[in-house]
Amino acid sequence: MKLTTFLTTAVLATGLASASMAQAIRMGTEGAYPPYNFVNDAGEVDGFEREVGDEICKRAELDCTWVTNDWDSIIPNLVSGNYDTIIAGMSITDERDEVIDFTQEYFPPDPSTYVALAGYDGDLSGAVVAAQTSTIQASYIASSGATLVEFATPEETVAAVRNGEADAVLADDAFLIDIVNASNGELAFTGEPVNIGGGIGMGIRESDGELKDKMNAAIASMKADGTLSAMIATWFDGRMVKY
Amino acid sequence: MFSQCAEPSLLDGLNWWSCYLTTGKHINFYQSFLVVFALLLLTVPFILAFGFAGALARRSALFPIRWFGLAYTSMVRGIPDIIFFLFVPIAMDQGIEYLRHKWKCGDWSEPVRQGNDFVVCTAAKMPLGISPQWVHETYGFLLATLAFAIVFGAFAANTIHGALGAVPRAQLETAAAFGMSRGQIFRRIHLPQMWVYALPGLSNLWMILIKATPLLFLLGVEDIVYWARELGGTKTGRFAYPHPDWRLGYFLVLLVFYLALTWVSERFFAALMRRTSKGQTTIGGTV
Repeated sequence: MKLTTFLTTAVLATGLASASMAQAIRMGTEGAYPPYNFVNDAGEVDGFEREVGDEICKRAELDCTWVTNDWDSIIPNLVSGNYDTIIAGMSITDERDEVIDFTQEYFPPDPSTYVALAGYDGDLSGAVVAAQTSTIQASYIASSGATLVEFATPEETVAAVRNGEADAVLADDAFLIDIVNASNGELAFTGEPVNIGGGIGMGIRESDGELKDKMNAAIASMKADGTLSAMIATWFDGRMVKY
Repeated sequence: MFSQCAEPSLLDGLNWWSCYLTTGKHINFYQSFLVVFALLLLTVPFILAFGFAGALARRSALFPIRWFGLAYTSMVRGIPDIIFFLFVPIAMDQGIEYLRHKWKCGDWSEPVRQGNDFVVCTAAKMPLGISPQWVHETYGFLLATLAFAIVFGAFAANTIHGALGAVPRAQLETAAAFGMSRGQIFRRIHLPQMWVYALPGLSNLWMILIKATPLLFLLGVEDIVYWARELGGTKTGRFAYPHPDWRLGYFLVLLVFYLALTWVSERFFAALMRRTSKGQTTIGGTV
C-alpha cells in the first residue's frame, strides 16, 4: 500500500514537473558575424540575434539553448535535427525556402555593400569579389559577371581583400561597417550598395509547423510593442525600423 | 579572471595581455587541447582493436569472415578520409535515432523522412533535446572518435596483417614441433614477433592520426583549430579586447604544439622499436 502511494506521488510529481517545464529548443547560429551573432570574450553566443532569440524564447515560453555551427552545414544540420532553428542572419530566399521554412522577418532587407582597400576605384563589374559561400551575396556576384571567390567564413572574405586576393568583398552593410571603422583607414566602402535578399528570418524545419507558429507569434508581438525596433537601434547604431 | 580585468579598455601592456589571455574564450581554447589528447588516447585502443579484428578476419579460414575483413580494409582505405568522416557520424546518428524511434515510438504514423527533413519523435532524439549542452558535445565527440577508429583501424588492420605474414615460418614450425597448440603458437611466438614488423607502420599511423585531429573541427567538435581561428579573427570594437587579424600567431602556436607532439612521439617509438627488436633475427635486433 505504501509503495503504491509512493509510486503514485512520484508519477504525479514527474508529470507535473514535465507539464510546467518549457519545451526545449536548440537555437543554431554561426557565431562569426558581428553584430548579428558572434562568440564574445567569455566564449558565449552574443549579438543582436542572441538578444532577439532570447526574447522570442521568453515570449513563446520555450527553453532555449544556443549552439554554434559552421555556415556551410547550417541547413543540413537543421534538417537532420541537430538543432531546431537557424538564427544566423540568414536572408529569406526562394532557394532556401524550398529546403526549410522561414518565420516572418525579424530584420528588414538590408543593402549589401562593397568594401575594398582605401583608394580603390576599379570597375566592380569586372573585379574579383570575395563573398561567403552559400550567401545571397555569393549568388549575386556569380550572376553579375564579376569573378567570385568564395570563403567559408566572413573573416576570410575580408582577409582576402587585405592581402590582395580579391579586389573587394560584398557582405551585409552592418557587418562591414564595424570592420571598416576598425581598420584605421585601410579599408573603405566602394561602389553602390546593392539591394538583395528579403529580410532576415529564423529558419525552421518544414515539418515543424507548430514551432514556426509559436515563433511567428512571438516575433509579431515584439514588432507590435516596439521591442524589436529598440533592439535593432541598440545593435545597429541607432538605426530606426518601424514595424 | 583577475579583478583588474573588469574594464579591459583601460588596460595596456602586460596587464592587457594577462587579461586577454585569461578570457573565458581563451580558457575554452586551452581546454580544447585536452579534447585533442582525449581523442588520441581514446581512439588508440579502438584502432588497435579494429586493426586486430580486421587482420585476423583476413587470415580467417572461413570464407565469409575473410571476405568481410578484406572488404572492410579495402573499402575504408580506398575512400577519401574526409568523406568517411562526414558520412560515419551522420549515418551513425541517424541510424541510432531511427532504431530508438522504432523502439520507443512504434505507434508513430508519420514517416521518418519528410522531404529533406529527418524527423523522429522527441523521445528518440539522441541525445534528448532537453539534455544539457555538454551531453550533446560528448555525444558528438564519441561519434567522431568512432569515425576515427573505423578509418584508422582499417589502416592498422593492413599493417598488422602484413606484419603477421612477415614472421618467419620456421619460427612457427619450430613451435609446432615443440607441441604447442595453435593458440599457444599465436600468443607465444607469432604475436610477440609480429610487433617489430608492425611498429614502423603503426608509428606512421600514429603520426598521421595526430595530424588528422584537426578534422575534429570538420565534425563540429570545437577543437584547437576551431578556437585558434575564432580567437585569431579580427575583433572589432564590439569585443572587449579588440585586435586585428591575429590568426597567423594563433596558428603558429598550433604549429609548435603539433611539432612538439610528433617529436615526442618519434622518441617514444624509437625507444619502443629498440625494445621489441631485442633478440630478433632482424638487422635491428642483431645490432
